[in-house]
Amino acid sequence: MTELLAPAEWDALRVSLIVALYSVAFSLPLAIAVAWLLARKRFWGRGILDSLVHVPLVLPPVVVGYVLLVLFGVRGPLGAFLNETFGVRLVFTTAGAALATAVMAFPLMVRAIRLSIEAIDHGLDEAARTLGAGPLDRFRTVTLPLILPGILSGGIVAFAASLGEFGAVITFASNIPGETQTLPLAIYSAIQTPGGDAAAARLATLSFALALAGLILSEILARKVRRMLGR
Amino acid sequence: MLDVAIRTRLGSFAIDAAFTAPTPGVTALFGRSGAGKTSIVRALAGLARPDEGRIRIGDMTFFDSAGNIDMPAERRRVGYVFQDARLFPHLTVNDNLRYGWRRAPADDRPIRLDTVVALLGIGDLLDRRPHTLSGGEKQRVAIGRALLSQPRLLLMDEPLASLDAERKAEVLPYIERLRDELSLAVVYVSHAHDEVERLARTLVVIENGRVAAAGPIGDLTGRLDVRGISDRADAASVIDASVLGHDEARRLSRLGFDGGELVVGRFQAGVGAKVRVLIPAREVILATVRPEQISVQNVLPGVVEGVSLGNGSALVRVRIGGVHLLSRVTRDTVDRLRLAPGAMVFSLIKAAAIERPGSSPR
Repeated sequence: MTELLAPAEWDALRVSLIVALYSVAFSLPLAIAVAWLLARKRFWGRGILDSLVHVPLVLPPVVVGYVLLVLFGVRGPLGAFLNETFGVRLVFTTAGAALATAVMAFPLMVRAIRLSIEAIDHGLDEAARTLGAGPLDRFRTVTLPLILPGILSGGIVAFAASLGEFGAVITFASNIPGETQTLPLAIYSAIQTPGGDAAAARLATLSFALALAGLILSEILARKVRRMLGR
Repeated sequence: MLDVAIRTRLGSFAIDAAFTAPTPGVTALFGRSGAGKTSIVRALAGLARPDEGRIRIGDMTFFDSAGNIDMPAERRRVGYVFQDARLFPHLTVNDNLRYGWRRAPADDRPIRLDTVVALLGIGDLLDRRPHTLSGGEKQRVAIGRALLSQPRLLLMDEPLASLDAERKAEVLPYIERLRDELSLAVVYVSHAHDEVERLARTLVVIENGRVAAAGPIGDLTGRLDVRGISDRADAASVIDASVLGHDEARRLSRLGFDGGELVVGRFQAGVGAKVRVLIPAREVILATVRPEQISVQNVLPGVVEGVSLGNGSALVRVRIGGVHLLSRVTRDTVDRLRLAPGAMVFSLIKAAAIERPGSSPR
């Protein structure tokens, strides 16, 4: 099994999975909150929030990486604060790579969850109110279970996108083997290296297999949840 | 007592409605679609905030713009049965039923799960999911869910409107049972006069966002001017009576009401039972002298209180003791018999023409 890939290639797979996992795990709660705000609430600045969330979809990823570098660099306003207060450094670290992929995948996640919130019959929320459920109670017992399909598909899409993110990661977190070198970065390095064709092919195949597995998993989960909800 | 007085603007439409109704008992909000019935009920539930006014039940104030009181919907404990059931699709019937029950105070749950399940006949559905239920079953579960939230007030917003005639006939008896067996304050919204005549104790007629008439249902069905009630070709008077006795040999029952006795076809009800009868106005014959040698079982003396002349026919309001009866006659009859307020008349009603609401098609 270990001979299938070179150690450096195993590292790339491991880094990719960790980065994608962190990215989804930390951004999911925020994505649910933002999706709920955008779907259900009318407030000042809603349009700005909506644009801000979606802007990574239309910006070149390198620009997103650059903006993160400016904000979260050791001398950036947020980076300096994190470094001085918590001793957390994001630039050129695995956590930084996760942050970059999270920002890139965030709109996909918000979109999927928001659509599923908008698809819920608002009447169910009213019914829960008349049955004595307060706002948090209603969110937990009615909204959250009903948007589970959206959360799952949003999470899986974001996970897949995180595995594949290139521009923002290389700009913000650089290309450090075992730290921030994810699969696409490793493929890029392999292509740049003389005699790296075989490695590039292996890693590309691996990426393909991961993507396929993700899609199949998402389909199975979606079907399960649909059956649970009786649709 | 339920005490409602609200004003609210919804675009170009305005609600300005005030009424009181005794509780417990069923109060029907009756009127055409778009008259504002649902807006009033949503205000009672706290799902919509009126611009001003007050909503009180017993000594509990739900809303009072003068006192700056607006209790949130989730604290009012108002059971709401929506037209479209609104069962939670991700929960079983059992969990739907318990949703409100769990959120009611543990020391104040007089309405028990097994009582409601038996009352509504939903014992076989408990493990099912809402999407596997028929329309009538869904509505029964929705009624059960609202009842189990231990409501101070039960609101039923056209609960039968989305059902076909057969399903409607399936659910109506259950609503009658909950009315009779649980002593609840119920506001029942409907545009169907047959449901209202069958269920309501108090009738509130809503027109264009205003209360056109309100009072005990027997009073309103005996009036000449209530739109949708007494201006129908098949207008009928509602009379509440009690069973005095049965004559098995002649297959008849005797009913006593505030104004005399009625002989009707054999009723399926015990002696002493409270029953409601409908007397279609077109089945009531008027005479100025007491007729003899006649097949009609019921000859009731009374006084004419009003005459409303229509196109071909006239509607005569007759007071018999404490109740009012409508009789539809031709305008010619009004002239021949000189029917005018104060005239003494005898109302003749065939036993076979007296109906129980909902029991026979009209």
